[in-house]
Amino acid sequence: MKRIIHLGVLFFYSAVTFAQDYAIVGATVHTMGTQGKVENATILIKDGKIQLVQNGNVPVAGYTLIHAENKVITPGLIGAKTQLGLVDVGFSAGTNDSTAEQTGFSNTGAAYDVAYAINADSSLFAISRIAGVTSAATSMSDTHQLFAGQGAIISLNDNSPLLKPKAFISVQVGNAGADAIGGSRAVLWTNLDAIIAEAKFAIGKSLSPSDEWHGDMSKADIKAMIPVVQGKTPLLIDARRKADIQQVIAFKQRNPNIKVVLLYATEGWRIADELAANKISVILDPESNLPYEFDQLAATLSNAGRLDKAGVDVAIGMETHNIRLARQHAGNAVANGLPWEKGLAALTINVAKLYEVDALVGSLEVGKQADLVIWSGDPLELTESAEQVFIKGEKIVMESRQTKLRDRYLKLNTGKPQQFSRP
Amino acid sequence: MLVKLKKPLLLLTIGLSALTLVSCEESTKKPTGEAVKFDLNPFPSNYHVIDYPPVLFTNVNVLDGIGGYFENTSVLISAGKIIGIGTEMSAKSDTLTVDARGKWLTPGIIDVHSHLGVYPSPSGNAHSDGNEATAPVTAQVWAEHSIWPQDPGFQRALAGGITAMQILPGSANLVGGRGVTVKNMPGTTVQDMKFPNAPYGLKMACGENPKRVYGSKGGPSTRMGNVAGYRQSWADAQDYQRSWDKYYVEFEAGKDPKVPKRDLKLETLALALKGEILVHMHCYRADDMGTMLDVMKEFNYKITSFHHAVESYKIADRLAVDGVCSSMWADWWGFKLEAYDGIQENIPMVHAAKACAIVHSDSELGIQRLNQEASKAWTNGKNAGLDISEADAWQWLSSNPAKALGIFEQTGSLENGKNADVVLWSANPFSVYAQAEQVYIDGALVFDRNKPTEWPVSDFELGQPGEGDSK
Repeated sequence: MKRIIHLGVLFFYSAVTFAQDYAIVGATVHTMGTQGKVENATILIKDGKIQLVQNGNVPVAGYTLIHAENKVITPGLIGAKTQLGLVDVGFSAGTNDSTAEQTGFSNTGAAYDVAYAINADSSLFAISRIAGVTSAATSMSDTHQLFAGQGAIISLNDNSPLLKPKAFISVQVGNAGADAIGGSRAVLWTNLDAIIAEAKFAIGKSLSPSDEWHGDMSKADIKAMIPVVQGKTPLLIDARRKADIQQVIAFKQRNPNIKVVLLYATEGWRIADELAANKISVILDPESNLPYEFDQLAATLSNAGRLDKAGVDVAIGMETHNIRLARQHAGNAVANGLPWEKGLAALTINVAKLYEVDALVGSLEVGKQADLVIWSGDPLELTESAEQVFIKGEKIVMESRQTKLRDRYLKLNTGKPQQFSRP
Repeated sequence: MLVKLKKPLLLLTIGLSALTLVSCEESTKKPTGEAVKFDLNPFPSNYHVIDYPPVLFTNVNVLDGIGGYFENTSVLISAGKIIGIGTEMSAKSDTLTVDARGKWLTPGIIDVHSHLGVYPSPSGNAHSDGNEATAPVTAQVWAEHSIWPQDPGFQRALAGGITAMQILPGSANLVGGRGVTVKNMPGTTVQDMKFPNAPYGLKMACGENPKRVYGSKGGPSTRMGNVAGYRQSWADAQDYQRSWDKYYVEFEAGKDPKVPKRDLKLETLALALKGEILVHMHCYRADDMGTMLDVMKEFNYKITSFHHAVESYKIADRLAVDGVCSSMWADWWGFKLEAYDGIQENIPMVHAAKACAIVHSDSELGIQRLNQEASKAWTNGKNAGLDISEADAWQWLSSNPAKALGIFEQTGSLENGKNADVVLWSANPFSVYAQAEQVYIDGALVFDRNKPTEWPVSDFELGQPGEGDSK
């Protein structure tokens, strides 16, 4: 009995070790901040934050020393567009908080808020973080309405995942968006423009239950959209073909206050200069190179490199169960023309900037949250791995149910059924 | 060995000694006494090798696809074949020499699981030709009759070093129909691409998909319903076979037996029971695979490979004993419940158990970088303490899939006399930065990354934005 209790205690405290201050010495550090790359660095982590990054030795008394010679350290990777925390198994396996049917409460989907739905016990958290993903943007994938609700920025630790609620709202204006909203872009864009006009009109108005409101949007939706038109909440617009991206640029010019971020921008490379001139950054899938639909005929692996060359900020990492593959995506973008440093930026600081959480995460700079990864080598390379991950200064136990399954079955035929093995 | 379709491990024949069956050229007699033929190859390959001069690769690092690694050597190909590996290779006057210093040469990658052409780009209902989801057993349909050769995915796969692939029906059905093995050579009809003399595959599926698709369409609606469906299909095929066997016996005895009605569905299943069509079965969970291993023994056929097989690591020892391959992703998991226990070490764990491991794509994106999938699996195996060389790991990409498709005598390794299906990589192909620089099929250069004007472009992309762009 004693033994069982002991194991129980271990289990409860296994996810992170107790908060300590750390000195990590000897690695090559890509800070992704103003210090750039620091060789043979000492990183001090105090109270969960970066206290110092410096070349060479500094006094480390009082810090737990971690040797990282010949290793590479980067900021923790940020999932740029995920459904992490909202879904375990999306298909025929029970509730999936990343999708919703239409409700009477909201007629555009803008009001829905995933902050209520995040479950840090999802196995995807540990599986992703031990691969170097320490935080993520998470939002619904489908509401069957114009907007996919309000997304959040989350930290992939166990206890307090929410970094920033109501962090963005997203909308599709390509084929998928048109199909969902009236079957035509002619319907979709008219609808979107009308909603933006309504939200602007509503700024400063009281929208209490007793106030009159004759707009097309529900009051709840309007309240969600006001920060968008004020430029406080980024609006993510999924557009693939050149014509749609031109519409997005025109939208931005009609609504200069709105902070527009493009999703996919599959043919963005064809008007890269205009995107750069309009300061529209892009979250893209650098492996998308097929004409899945008529709205992405010119898809190419060169999109990320060409956009970057024109001066567009590029972010990479649209996945959920396999957000850990974002670094492979970035590696392929680099193989096809994106400079290596930009490939790493696309996974870290560029994501933090476009969601306006760069004061917290995305680079290794003094005062920021100590989210970092010690890699065996080049983090974009397939043959290198995350060896140790820190989130908010805590040294993560590098385990997930997948590593436990691996360890349970690594040796077969050991005499007793495998299910007795508890690695 | 999967090539010759013997069943060394399946000695439990069940009274099927009469299983002589209709092979390609066997004939029956009309009442007049003239032979009537069932042409079992009614859609023959129209593939032609492209003429190309001999090529000598010098100073090149070679992974031969069967576990060999040769550093800084030479490889000569000529008249469509591998002539030899080694520094003593010399060029004749008409030979093109490729100085490949720092580059790597491998056998072309072979994907055992593709839906290119049957689920092409652009997608949409008009092009959705991969699942004949009208009945749970549709062994009578052939994927090649759905393939659209203008799918731009073929050219993308070529740029990723794919020289051959099996195109399968989807997994909606218990028995989905025949798969076909093609060379990744552009063509106007599918026959232009068909791999000469490659056996057919038969696509079957375990688990969630059939029960989901047919749960409200008359069943099966459960896993137990699925298994009843496979077993009844095999029993029907045995019965069909017996009717033909009886016919032949009586005919030979000088009687005038009634010719049995030809049934295309049962004909395909009977050929699969005989081992002339190779069974490829979509199956995720270890317990589903365990059940199918017993069904295989019950009906004395061979499952050539489980596909997806995300839990093969749990029964790799049994798969090794039964000689069944696992065709796997490196790290896909969790998109449905039967994929929830997927782990990144599945492929190396299957290999380490001495079972046959194959890297497959089932994806128009994955097929473009199967070398990267192998690299991730290799790396995760190494991190778990599984000591596998890169040279051995390349078996997952060429020789093992070639064996599973019954084409290993022709391709899948860099051995003298084999088809010169080779890829020249810009760097070690286990690196994310490596790109297929040149791809040869039967000794002909069909993709040269440095010569954009010579890249094949599908009819669909001609005259469209991005035509001929680097993809």
